[in-house]
Amino acid sequence: MRFRGTDSYIATPDLMVAVNAAVALERPLLVKGEPGTGKTILAHEIAKALDRPLIPWHIKSTTKAQQGLYEYDAVARLRDGQLGDARVHDIRNYIRRGKLWDAFTAELAPVLLIDEIDKADIEFPNDLLLELDRMEFHVYETGETVRAAVRPIVLITSNNEKELPDAFLRRCFFHYIRFPDRETMERIVDVHFPNLRNDLVREAMTLFFEIRDVPGLKKKPSTSELLDWIKLLMIDDISPEVLKQRDPAKLIPPLHGALLKNEQDVHLFERLAFLNRRERH
Amino acid sequence: MFFRFFAELREARVPASLREYLTLLEGMKAGVIAQDIEEFYFLSRSTLVKDERHIDRFDRVFGRVFKGIDGLEGALAAEIPEEWLRKLAEKILTPEEMAQIRALGGWDKLMETLKQRLEEQKGRHQGGNKWIGTAGTSPFGAHGYNPEGVRIGQDESRHRRAVKVWDKREFKDLDDSVVIGTREIKLALRRLRRFAREGAAEELDLPGTVEGTARNAGWLDLRMVPERHNTVKVLLLLDIGGSMDDHVRLCERLFSAAKTEFKHLEFFYFHNCVYERLWKNARRRHVESTPTWEVLRTYGNDYKLVLVGDASMSPYEIVQPGGSVEHWNEEAGETWMQRILATYPHAAWLNPVPQERWSYLPSIDMIRKLMEGRMFPMTLAGFDGAMRELGH
Repeated sequence: MRFRGTDSYIATPDLMVAVNAAVALERPLLVKGEPGTGKTILAHEIAKALDRPLIPWHIKSTTKAQQGLYEYDAVARLRDGQLGDARVHDIRNYIRRGKLWDAFTAELAPVLLIDEIDKADIEFPNDLLLELDRMEFHVYETGETVRAAVRPIVLITSNNEKELPDAFLRRCFFHYIRFPDRETMERIVDVHFPNLRNDLVREAMTLFFEIRDVPGLKKKPSTSELLDWIKLLMIDDISPEVLKQRDPAKLIPPLHGALLKNEQDVHLFERLAFLNRRERH
Repeated sequence: MFFRFFAELREARVPASLREYLTLLEGMKAGVIAQDIEEFYFLSRSTLVKDERHIDRFDRVFGRVFKGIDGLEGALAAEIPEEWLRKLAEKILTPEEMAQIRALGGWDKLMETLKQRLEEQKGRHQGGNKWIGTAGTSPFGAHGYNPEGVRIGQDESRHRRAVKVWDKREFKDLDDSVVIGTREIKLALRRLRRFAREGAAEELDLPGTVEGTARNAGWLDLRMVPERHNTVKVLLLLDIGGSMDDHVRLCERLFSAAKTEFKHLEFFYFHNCVYERLWKNARRRHVESTPTWEVLRTYGNDYKLVLVGDASMSPYEIVQPGGSVEHWNEEAGETWMQRILATYPHAAWLNPVPQERWSYLPSIDMIRKLMEGRMFPMTLAGFDGAMRELGH
C-alpha cells in the first residue's frame, strides 16, 4: 500500500516518495522543517492512511534512550522486598516496557513516532543506533532478547536544535518539509475548511503571505497558525471586505494573536502602522 | 549504475556515504519509485542528503549530471503518443470538456484523428485550422480557442516541471555558507558545553542510593550528588572600531548569544590586534582599560579563548613595535599574540571576512599563521569547526 496523503493531509510528491521509500525499505524516516509545517501530524496521517496503530514517543531534554526500551523499577522492588510482598521474587514484575518494546512486539507493525529527537541529549540518537538498525535489544535483568517480528515504520522529527550524528543519519531517509507555496497552501486550507468562501480564503491567504514577507519578523507564522487564524476568522464571522481593505493605518490584521506569537513582532507591526499613518498626514 | 552521480556529489562536498548509495540502489531495485526522473530525484535526495543545508549543492550536481535526460524521456513519449495523450488529457480535462470531446465524435475518434495528424505533420506549425501547433483553431494543440481542443504541449508537462524542481534551487537559503543568526550561534556554542558535577550535594542520586541500599542488605542508604553545571569557561576578545565597524552588528549578536550560554564568560575589546591593554567599554577605552598582563594572570589556562576580528590591517600593526594605528606600542602585536596563545592552549579566531577573500590580505594570512591555522569564517560551518577545535 502506498502513501498518497489523506483527505486531511496534503502530501507533496517528494514527501510521498520519501515516505514510501522508508516504508518499503523498512528504514526510519527523519523529517525536519520549520515549526508548524506538519511534521508530527505526518505520523498520525501515515498511521491513518496505512491503517496501522500509532505509538508516539515524545522526547524531552531529560529523556534517555533506555527509557524507550525498558526501565527497571528498583525502588518499587526494594519497597516490596521490605514489605515482604511475594511479587518481589520475579524481577519481571518490575520491568516497565518502553515505547520501542511496545512497537517491536505489536502484532501489526505500528507507526512509531519519535518526536523532536533533537530535544534530548546529544548522545541520545547514538544510543538508539543498534536498536533502530537491527530492531532488537537485550533485557539485561531477565536475559531475554526483544526482537521485532515485523519492523515498525519509524518516523523521527527534528527541529534542528542539535545536529544529529552522522552514523545515525546514514541509517535514515531524510525529508525536509519546505514551507508550502501558495498553491499547496490553498489545497491545505481546502481540506481543512472545505466550505469556506473563496474570496475569504483568497484575502486571508494574501494577507498571510504578506505578513510572512515582512522583514525582521522573529517568528514567521506557519501552516498551523494560518489554519488557527482562519478558524478564528470563521468563528468571528469576519467578512472578506475587512481583510481586503488595505488601510495602512490598520496594518495589523484582525485577530492577529493567532498569527503573531511574539510581542516584538506585534510591536513591529504597530510601528509600521504608525509610520504609515504619519506618512499619510 | 549512478556512480558518476555519486562521485560528483562527493566532489561537491555532499557527505554521502557508500551505505547511502547502496540504499538508493536497493530502493531502485525494490521498485519504490516509478521510472520517472522526478521521482528518482526525490528518492535520491531523500537517501543521499541528510541535511537541508546540502540540498542546494545536491540540486546543482543533479542538474549537471542528468542534463539531457529530460529530453530523452520526451522522445520515448513520442513513440507511444496514445497512452501519453490519454494521461495528459485525463489530467487536464474537465467533465464539460470531456462532453465536448464527444461532440467531435468520441474519444477514440479524437485519438485516431490526432494520431493521423501527428503523422501528417512535418515541422512546427503555428495558426491555421488543421495542423497541431499553438494558437490555432484546430481541435488539437495548445492555446487554441476551439472548445473541442485538446491541450497538447503545454508548459504543464510533468517532466518539464520536474526539471524545475532542482533548477529552482529552493534550498539555496539553507546552504551553510550563509552568515548565521543568534539562534544558530547559540546552537553552535552548545557544542562547547561540558557538564560536570561540582559544588554542594543537593540532588538524590538514585542509582547510588539503590546500590548503597543493596550493599547495606536492604537498609535504606540515601546518597546525594551535586547538580550538573556547565563548566566551560570562555574568554572572548572582540575587535571593535575601524575596519570592524561593518561587522560590529554581527559581533554584538555573537556576544549576546554567548552571554546567556556560559556561566563563566569574560569579554574584552581590542582594536585590530591585541596589544598591552584591553578594555570592557568601547566608548571609554581611553579612560578605563585593563592591562593584558592582568587579564592573562586573572583568567587561568582552563579558559577557552575566542578571538573575533577581521584581521584586516597593515602588516606593520602585527610585526612592528609602534605599529599600532592608535597608540605607541612598546612590543609588537605578534609578541602579544604569542603570549596569549601560550597562556590559552584552546583558542580559535573567528573572522567575519568571507573565506575566499582571506588570501587577498597579507595581515589575515599572518594572523592565521600566528593562530596555527585556527582561523574560521563566521558561518555556521566555520563556527562548528571553531567549536570542535575548542572542544578538544
